[in-house]
Amino acid sequence: MKLLKTFLRGALLFLVLAVFLAAWIFLPWPALLGAAVLFVLWMAFTRSGRQAASVTQVGVSTLAQRLGASSVVVIGIAGVVGVLVALLAMAEGYRQTVSAAGNDETAIVLRGGSAAELMSVLSRDQINAIERAPEIARDKDGRPMASAELVVAANLPRTGGKDDGSVTLRGVGDMAWTVRPNLKLVEGRRFEPGRRELVVGKGARKQFQGLDVGKQVRLGNQTWSVVGVFESGDGMESEMWADAEIVATTYRRGSSRASVFAQLTGAKAFNAFQATLKADPRLQVEADTTRGYFGKQSEGLTKVLRVIGIIVGSIMAIGAIFGALNTMFATVAARAREIATLRAIGFRGMPVVVAVMLETMLLAALGGALGGLLAWLVFNGYTASTLAGGVAQLSFEFKVTPTLLWEGLKWALAIGFIGGLFPALRASTLPVTDALRAA
Amino acid sequence: MKYFHLIWAALFRRKTRTFLTLASILAAFLLFGLLDGIRTSFAQLGQNADGAQRLQTASKLSFIETLPISLQARIQQVDNIEAVTHANWFGGAYQNPRNQLFTFAVAPNYLDLYPEIEVAQAERDAWARTRTGILVGEAMMKRFNWKVGQKIPLQSTIFPNSDGTLNWSFDIVGTMKAKDKKSGGFTDALILMHYKYFEESTPYVDGDVGWYVSRVSDVRRSDAAAKAIDALSLNSPHETKTMSEQAAMASQLKQMADIGLIVGSIMGAVFFTLLLLTGNTMAQAVRERTSELAVLKTIGFTSGSVLGMVLAESILLVLLGGVLGLGLAAVIGPIVNAISGGIINLPPIGLQSWLLGLGLMIAIGLLVGALPALRAMRLNIVDALAGR
Repeated sequence: MKLLKTFLRGALLFLVLAVFLAAWIFLPWPALLGAAVLFVLWMAFTRSGRQAASVTQVGVSTLAQRLGASSVVVIGIAGVVGVLVALLAMAEGYRQTVSAAGNDETAIVLRGGSAAELMSVLSRDQINAIERAPEIARDKDGRPMASAELVVAANLPRTGGKDDGSVTLRGVGDMAWTVRPNLKLVEGRRFEPGRRELVVGKGARKQFQGLDVGKQVRLGNQTWSVVGVFESGDGMESEMWADAEIVATTYRRGSSRASVFAQLTGAKAFNAFQATLKADPRLQVEADTTRGYFGKQSEGLTKVLRVIGIIVGSIMAIGAIFGALNTMFATVAARAREIATLRAIGFRGMPVVVAVMLETMLLAALGGALGGLLAWLVFNGYTASTLAGGVAQLSFEFKVTPTLLWEGLKWALAIGFIGGLFPALRASTLPVTDALRAA
Repeated sequence: MKYFHLIWAALFRRKTRTFLTLASILAAFLLFGLLDGIRTSFAQLGQNADGAQRLQTASKLSFIETLPISLQARIQQVDNIEAVTHANWFGGAYQNPRNQLFTFAVAPNYLDLYPEIEVAQAERDAWARTRTGILVGEAMMKRFNWKVGQKIPLQSTIFPNSDGTLNWSFDIVGTMKAKDKKSGGFTDALILMHYKYFEESTPYVDGDVGWYVSRVSDVRRSDAAAKAIDALSLNSPHETKTMSEQAAMASQLKQMADIGLIVGSIMGAVFFTLLLLTGNTMAQAVRERTSELAVLKTIGFTSGSVLGMVLAESILLVLLGGVLGLGLAAVIGPIVNAISGGIINLPPIGLQSWLLGLGLMIAIGLLVGALPALRAMRLNIVDALAGR
């Protein structure tokens, strides 16, 4: 009978924990806010709530005496949240950088079956046919706002090392600037058609040696001069731009290009654009909105980074939960007499449970805030780089967004909840007489 | 050693606390085991004995540029070069263009330069005979449930076939196995096809080669050989860059991400947290045993041996949790690999990781135990017994 009772208790506890965690993960913040408001009302206006509040007050006001032990909870959770937020910020920064280059009003056309621009080839005839599509917007001279671009890779020495890195070299014409209005020259000028001149992105300049305006770099056995620097706040910043004709000559590409970026007449025109291309028997091409294309490019790595972050975070969180349990059990043991006295003079179990839990969650929230703050201070804007698609260097900044901070705080509170629940139950079920007699 | 039972008893004096602390340490070292395995396996890529003998020659302009096939005969003439082979990137994908597989179009003698790839002699002969034959890595066979003798369609994301489409069909004639399981991750996920079939079918590649691999007979003079190869095409439209396989891998990885830095900062945060947590536990343990320690000293234990016992206790605590954690990582790794069906490839935990882990455990144990142990050593018997 006793065994059954223990078992049922355990099962109930597990259920409460599972329900709480599920709710915690899936409920949107307004629902959580509502729950918090209800909880505060309960504390303010009911008898047991007021009891809980006063017990909590005692616990919190004596926190200073247990500074060492309490700081273990705070710092342990800060560690978890810091690492988690930093890793997720890396994923977020990468995603934002890559997908920021896309929107719904521009489309990218590649040869069918090519996963990325570097692998795509479009002939001059195909490009001409694509440019005639009626869904492409025209500029004031009546020219289609479509930019046929050649994408190749080039080896350059990386900053701070002897190793060569791979950088994307994009051969473009006039229209490239028109279809990307967010792109701004911050230094120097545009390249002149027909000359070996480069305009480099801000990110590329940081990653590679000698990409400053006025300097010359060697690509293969040719010398190019850098004449300008641009910024765009997206993945393009990691590229170098040059005249398409010259790039095609250097890389022996003839008149073929890799992709066409087209400014559509509107966001709704994309489906019609796609249909036009499909109807043309000369074209075996695939079109996507740039939002869709860059979104897909960033999908894989973002997912991997997020999964790594969550796995590492989970293992650390388990460690932190045990740390919190340890500390809170010690706290309950140290306050056993005081808690037993409360129970002896008529306080029920519930207020004691709530008080211990609140104390733990307060410490957890502190830890979460500290960890988030540290991650933000150290990593927000930290520049990292990777080989995008195994092809060329892409530099991006870690982005510690409010959403991520909120996510970190949620993790912290969940750790606090689990770490506080068991000690709280121990406190409320302590046999009063034993506890009073204990030293 | 004779005090072992005493230390053991002290450790499990408060079972709950010890188990909770052990669990935290376990989690930390589990993470350490998984991450350090990844770090070392990245660091060891291309560092095998066979790899040290190989040089890779690619276009200096960019990795997408090809080299003329006439270069092969000239590389062959370079002093210290034993054998030369070449390969092209095919850009193969199965079922979906995003499902990219490592597919190389290689010369017939490619496998001679890679003795660490094992292929049954009969299958090798079959490959030599079959124009459209491919050799497939073991993991890849398993992943797609392919069988030897099967005909499979592959898409190239780059190269059209003779009919102008990107669809190619191949016959699987053999399986490639890695001789050394530890560094075999790459071999296991590779597909090799014939350069001849590739070159003749696609209109884009006209006697062009992606990269050359050559073997040197004297590893100590491989730098000179690399320079000599690059000198062959100096000032031509096809300048080359030759590196040892190891250097090429290292440079590739460095571009991908600074694995060492990421792993290092995570581990730093984990161990700092762990230090604090275990330190707190030890401090508590010593504090509540003050009177017991005083009794020990009263009956003749020296201050030094009390210090030693507390230190030993904290080291034992960390060692117990740490070894369990690393062991768990060693067990979980293969399970994760099996479940993911070859998509995730966590390396087994090597001797180096174990040694580093054990070293860390002892260091953390010492650090954590130091303050409480000193406190225990300096205990004044009279004060401690009186509870002051």
